Amino acid sequence: MEVTKLVCIGCPNGCGLTVEHSGKTIEKISDYGCKIGLEYAKNEFTEPKRIITTTVRVKAGDLPFVPVKTKDPVNKEKIFVVMKEISELEIESPVHVGDVIRSNIAGTGVDLVCTRNIKKVS
Amino acid sequence: MKKLEYDLVVIGGGPAGLAAALEARKNGVKKILICERAPYLGGILQQCIHNGFGLQYFKEELTGPEYASRFIDAVEQSDIDVKLGTMVMEILEDKKIISVNREDGMFEIGTKALILAMGCRERTRGAITIPGSRPAGIMTAGTAQSYVNLEGLIPGKEVVILGSGDIGLIMARRLTLEGVNVKGVIELMPYSTGLIRNKVQCLDDFNIPLLLSHSIVEVHGKDRLEGVTIARVDQKLKPIHGTEQYISCDTLLLSVGLIPENELSSKLGCEIDTVTRGPVVNEKRITNIPWVFACGNVLHVHDLVDNVTQEAEIAGRAAADLINQAAAEVEKDVVIRHDQNIGYVVPQHIDALNNKEKTVKFFLRVKNPDEHVRLVVKDNFDQVLLNLKKTIVEPGTMVTFNLPRELVTKDTSSISISIAREQAE
Repeated sequence: MEVTKLVCIGCPNGCGLTVEHSGKTIEKISDYGCKIGLEYAKNEFTEPKRIITTTVRVKAGDLPFVPVKTKDPVNKEKIFVVMKEISELEIESPVHVGDVIRSNIAGTGVDLVCTRNIKKVS
Repeated sequence: MKKLEYDLVVIGGGPAGLAAALEARKNGVKKILICERAPYLGGILQQCIHNGFGLQYFKEELTGPEYASRFIDAVEQSDIDVKLGTMVMEILEDKKIISVNREDGMFEIGTKALILAMGCRERTRGAITIPGSRPAGIMTAGTAQSYVNLEGLIPGKEVVILGSGDIGLIMARRLTLEGVNVKGVIELMPYSTGLIRNKVQCLDDFNIPLLLSHSIVEVHGKDRLEGVTIARVDQKLKPIHGTEQYISCDTLLLSVGLIPENELSSKLGCEIDTVTRGPVVNEKRITNIPWVFACGNVLHVHDLVDNVTQEAEIAGRAAADLINQAAAEVEKDVVIRHDQNIGYVVPQHIDALNNKEKTVKFFLRVKNPDEHVRLVVKDNFDQVLLNLKKTIVEPGTMVTFNLPRELVTKDTSSISISIAREQAE
């Protein structure tokens, strides 16, 4: 049995988590403070994922960029592939919080959504 | 000069100002004006495009702009007036506020109550006196955040970050995502001052080194920054001779703390706490001037925006009570004291006879990290009012606790708060 120590990123508490495992099979997860931690430990051990936040160019908006996020976490290995695809985007204004601007970004199965309202200006 | 009349004026349209205005409106205040210096509402949340906000308040994880939009939408749907691009120049003793903007020029606002919600600003290179020349490429982490997230500009190609505060950690990740080579984060203290989750997801995820107990002893370059010399520091935080190393970089970001922005409050005559650098307030967030309230980062620098919102709602309700003439007249002031392990406590005093809310929520910061401590609250009769166990305390994370009102009586004149290592049994 091996032991892997993790730190939960689910909330500002940052609980230390303990995963006991045989090779890649999880035997036991302990020290989590809530169910977010338990879920995080499982995912982090098997397939670490992160939400990506960045910005996208907007045409004729009241601001030149709109902040965006991946609606769900994406595989950590894919972060820079996703960033590359986002950097090539330019969208039309107006946009609203929650608008999907690219579904299935970089083949991750996750949608890219706006996180701020941008008005159109002529 | 144009003259306006309001029941309540809120200075600052960030998370504190928005929540305070909405809460005052909810409690019956009719004519409310928010004055915001920037061309949009939301304050600094608008450049904090990362997620991690709102877990406490909304029970879901939001980005900064999303968190702000919940309050902005509510304000826009209300009859609260907003003046953007508006800078308050002076607050006068006779409840008048002198402001200026492009549309109205210089104008005067009369009010019954005022809520200060101006937030804070970053400490700069001047505040920490880094020796060396003054090349371009040295800026605060928040300035870089504004460049990258609002204007789409990259501040440099090779970056060193001084200070492990959360903004510095967040910018390490943000710049890495944009293809910048972040060479490391240098921290003077022997511990990271930001949240541990940010060290994990912003530095460890991208193998960015964090050098604890290190400082910058020299900056190099004339027109543009070319590099920095760093050195290890001893227990007194003095650089150790012989440990110097050179790191080439064209950009240095400073994430070395925040200072509440209280020029307006000081000039008006608000008593300022020398530790928090914000006004001294009671539990209703009333300053020493009875019609002036303060909340959010102008009062003390918070770790989470969720706490700012809650505090702003307290101030909003209290301002509504004053305006609606529902505030209790009789006051019995209780002073809050603390021991030397605690940096500060907010509120600094409470009204023993105010019984509108069942508990008083206290915010405090410890001076040094510690484990397995007890937080003990006593009154002036040495009676223990609360005795709480805290597993981990650290300066970067605010400690909060609720004191039930019923424990404070008309005979209470002071309350003392201490934090000490648990005695082994």
